[in-house]
Amino acid sequence: MSALAVYAPLLPELILALGAMALLMLGVFRPEAQEEAGRIMWLAVAVLLASGFAVLQGAGKQQLFDGAFVIDSFGRFMKIVVLVAAAGALVLSFDEMSERKALKFEYPVLVLLAATGMMMMVSANNLISLYLGLELQSLALYVVAAIRRDSTRSSEAGLKYFVLGALSSGMLLYGASLLYGFAGATSFEAIAAAARSPGAGQDLLLVFGLVFLLVGIAFKISAVPFHMWTPDVYEGAPTPVTAFFASAPKVAAMALFIRIVISMFAGVQPQWQQIVVFLAIASMLLGAFAAIRQTNIKRLMAYSSIANMGYALVGLAAGTVEGVQGVLLYMAIYVVMTLGAFAVILAMRRDGTAIEDISELAGLSKTNLPMAFAMAMFMFSLAGIPPLAGFFAKLYVFMAAIKAELYTLAVIGVLASVVGAYYYLRIVKLMFFDEAGQPFEPTLPKERAVQWVAMVLVIAFVLPIISAPLVEAAAAAARTLF
Amino acid sequence: MALTALFFYLFAGVTVMSGLLVIVARNPVHAVLWLILAFFNAAGLFVLLGAEFLAMILVVVYVGAVAVLFLFVVMMLDVDFASLRAGFIRHASIGAFVGLVLLVELIMVVGFRVVGKASDVVAGAAKAPASTGPVLTNTEALGRLLYTQYVYFFQAAGLILLVAMIGAIVLTLRHKEGIRRQSIAAQNARTPAAAIEVVKLAPGQVIVPSGERRG
Repeated sequence: MSALAVYAPLLPELILALGAMALLMLGVFRPEAQEEAGRIMWLAVAVLLASGFAVLQGAGKQQLFDGAFVIDSFGRFMKIVVLVAAAGALVLSFDEMSERKALKFEYPVLVLLAATGMMMMVSANNLISLYLGLELQSLALYVVAAIRRDSTRSSEAGLKYFVLGALSSGMLLYGASLLYGFAGATSFEAIAAAARSPGAGQDLLLVFGLVFLLVGIAFKISAVPFHMWTPDVYEGAPTPVTAFFASAPKVAAMALFIRIVISMFAGVQPQWQQIVVFLAIASMLLGAFAAIRQTNIKRLMAYSSIANMGYALVGLAAGTVEGVQGVLLYMAIYVVMTLGAFAVILAMRRDGTAIEDISELAGLSKTNLPMAFAMAMFMFSLAGIPPLAGFFAKLYVFMAAIKAELYTLAVIGVLASVVGAYYYLRIVKLMFFDEAGQPFEPTLPKERAVQWVAMVLVIAFVLPIISAPLVEAAAAAARTLF
Repeated sequence: MALTALFFYLFAGVTVMSGLLVIVARNPVHAVLWLILAFFNAAGLFVLLGAEFLAMILVVVYVGAVAVLFLFVVMMLDVDFASLRAGFIRHASIGAFVGLVLLVELIMVVGFRVVGKASDVVAGAAKAPASTGPVLTNTEALGRLLYTQYVYFFQAAGLILLVAMIGAIVLTLRHKEGIRRQSIAAQNARTPAAAIEVVKLAPGQVIVPSGERRG
């Protein structure tokens, strides 16, 4: 027993993996359980919450398996965000799962396994555990994107995601092999020590390895110019799956990005900083301008997520404690806003078919005022209008960039968010000032619950009683990396 | 030493040549057969390195499973390889350019380091085999590492394979109606009393045996 107690910090991951296997067995051997797939989904949400509870029990910094797996408060913060995002996305998929039988019982199982991979990514402290976590997550996501296999668009989304994801994995592996060649070791500490040696910044092996590794991860957070898959995959995948894609995987990949550049490449900050600055500027600008002409709301959310990753990277580019704290807050707030917006998008339903056209939102305030109000709050928040949560998220990352004297980056970021505000506010204008179309079906209780919880969080973030613990936790988490 | 070098050049030469023939062979079945030859020679290289376990794995997994699977797919699918190759020729210049760029990068990155550190590498190689301690076979040593130091990676890889399996089943398994599946339990439970029917037959009478009614 004492030998097993060493592995106690691994409990959250073990709960997820074993829970996924147990649910899989339940679905396979109890065919009648497939009929009520909703029950499996609730069990999956319970597993996610149990894992989150186990994460909260941990304290301090620990390493397992010769340092391949690290648990610190940065990891705990990101894991909680990942688990909350995954649970929220699962609750949103309830209608598709149980009412319309459009998703199979394997869907929550795969979401749990993907969440396991994300937790491994967040805790990765070795190039091998990084890659294994990333692949576990990605492989489950490829399957989930194509899960509605009779739909051409869903299959296309899965295939596209798979092919491009495999390409990015190849790049990441190439970078990892170069880094191994540079440092002679795969653990982050050994590479960090080698990168701190004088003149390491001029070593081509390190620089090439760094570039390829960051390219692989930039693909996962869909930063420009590695974003091409995002609009197509978001549009093609079933909407609850898109809600999942837009939230949890982004958080995990961003956590990986932060840990790699802050703790592994601390010695070569000028080298990675220019890459992150470029990714941030390109993502913010493309996300802002390309979204203007979109007519499909899922494509719009895809470009919105690209732009949001750009804003988050602004904080990372600063490379300071404030910057990382800003990114952590940004990701937490981003997840809440995105899940809320997708709760509204999922509720756009008429005669049992999902509506994805933005123009169909016209006059929503006259037919369904609560939903229109919630959507307006999410759009205002995404546009960064005070006093909503999205404003504070942007404030923290831009302040960090200014403190690090990245003035150009901050100015471009503010300008891009002004452009971005146009398409967010256009939706508000459509809903409140245009002629009403046909009303949507009544919103389901689960979707309404997610809408309301997210809306309350977005509005109440201005109160210190809500925001102070989060800001404090993010600051504590950011400090552990330095 | 000279013999090892001779075998190295033999295996390496055949590997490169058969690798080339995989690409240029006109008949896809021949290409797969050349691929198998390349795998065998790569296994030979592993044996020369003293990694006999890897050599066996290469033969078992790649030759035994992957290449045979390829062969099946190539024979069963009606793929028009001639048109594929036409595209290959058309894009050959672009491909050659990309390959050249990658080659130059590789030489830039690795080349001068190898030149700079060649003496260290030789010295290290001379020292390496002199390790002491209990003599383990390759397989034993791999097993000990895999289940102790690398157990986390090992289990994570297992989870990835589980996801791959679930994915393959989710995306392809279809439960068709009206298929006669073999039920081994029912077959074993079959007794002569249930299977044999004794019929008294009057002269000239014709009956249809119950077993043939299914057609």
